[in-house]
Amino acid sequence: MVDQGPNAYWLVLASFFCALILAVLPFPHWLAWGRPEWVLLVLVYWVIALPQRVGLITALLLGLILDVVEGAVIGQNAFALVVVTLLALLLYQRLRVFSLAQQAVIVFVLAGLNQMICQWVQNLEGAGSTTLMFLLPAFSSAMLWPFVLHLLRGLRRLYGVS
Amino acid sequence: MGLRLFLVALVVVVLLVADLRFNSLQTARSLMEFAAAPVYWVADIPSRVGDWKNEHLVSRSDLLEQNEQLGRENLVLQGRSHQMASLLAENVRLRALLNSSAMVRDDVLVAELIGVSPDPVRHQLVLNKGEQDGVFVGQPLIDAHGLLGQVVEVSSLNSRALLITDATHSIPVQVNRNGVRAIAEGIGSLTSLEIHHVSATTDIKEGDLLVTSGLGGRFPIGYPVAVVSEIERDPGLAFARIMARPSAALERSRHVLLVFTAKPAAGN
Repeated sequence: MVDQGPNAYWLVLASFFCALILAVLPFPHWLAWGRPEWVLLVLVYWVIALPQRVGLITALLLGLILDVVEGAVIGQNAFALVVVTLLALLLYQRLRVFSLAQQAVIVFVLAGLNQMICQWVQNLEGAGSTTLMFLLPAFSSAMLWPFVLHLLRGLRRLYGVS
Repeated sequence: MGLRLFLVALVVVVLLVADLRFNSLQTARSLMEFAAAPVYWVADIPSRVGDWKNEHLVSRSDLLEQNEQLGRENLVLQGRSHQMASLLAENVRLRALLNSSAMVRDDVLVAELIGVSPDPVRHQLVLNKGEQDGVFVGQPLIDAHGLLGQVVEVSSLNSRALLITDATHSIPVQVNRNGVRAIAEGIGSLTSLEIHHVSATTDIKEGDLLVTSGLGGRFPIGYPVAVVSEIERDPGLAFARIMARPSAALERSRHVLLVFTAKPAAGN
């Protein structure tokens, strides 16, 4: 794999940084439960697009950063993102040929899984949610998938990242 | 991929166990928090712009009105503080007579909120003051209306505070009216605390103010915590079910006060 330009890799890092910012950006109170899992969306996109570069190690590091930024148990988001990345790595060849709607369904499942793993770890800590509201981000993430896909794909082609 | 997966899984499990079971990642966490500071800085830009707008784009009539209101408020507070000064002096004299340590007023440091936990279950705030300003783990945090929580993590520039309403937080309180002691526990809702293990016959009423009792050794005595909002005395249960509404503006305060508790004089 040869970088097509001198700027091949910064785009991935920049998109992760933006996702982290979106993940902690102050939200209106009534929207708090529905915050999409931005980091997950961006990570899943890069795993599908560049499976030979973005994989488990990236997911681990990104998850640890997200844990610190969110103030969660260290390893909570890392665990969830590693599982999601593993599934995306196993599925990426199929995901690439799926239609947008089919991809969104898969993203829904992945984000739901992510939420359930996070919830499980939080319950170990004793701070779990008492309602099923914690699954809402799975819906909002699936809704935003087409937008994220087109934005990142456009940027990737523009800068020739491969 | 097999080996890599094994390694990653191992790292995750080790970290989870270390943090959940042994709580041994405090130093690593504060170092990483320092690295995460830019994320908060950028995420805070919209609210800083909002603040700037509020400060600089205000109509003259609004300013005049605000000025007048502040003047009135100042007059009232000054009137009260004159009385306060003489009461304080009297209190110190009486305490000296009783041979106990004098109550000293606590020093405070104003901090600004730069982030809140994105997870609605986790009630945490990120503050723009850190180790450099003398913030320490366990430091109480208040706003104009009451106790907010305590600092749980300190990095050199930022710190992270846990609110009293977080499901993992409990605080020793007493009823201001008669000194009945209890524990107020967060339940993960910003508008209510649960008061545990108060027997059904205890003298506690709706509208009672709960203040910190200082018994845990962490919070200074006498800061308002919550107001009792709901009591259910079921004869079939061992304890009364009591809910209270936090006094502090937990979801609205942007400027908060970090309290530096004065050490009570020796010889008590």
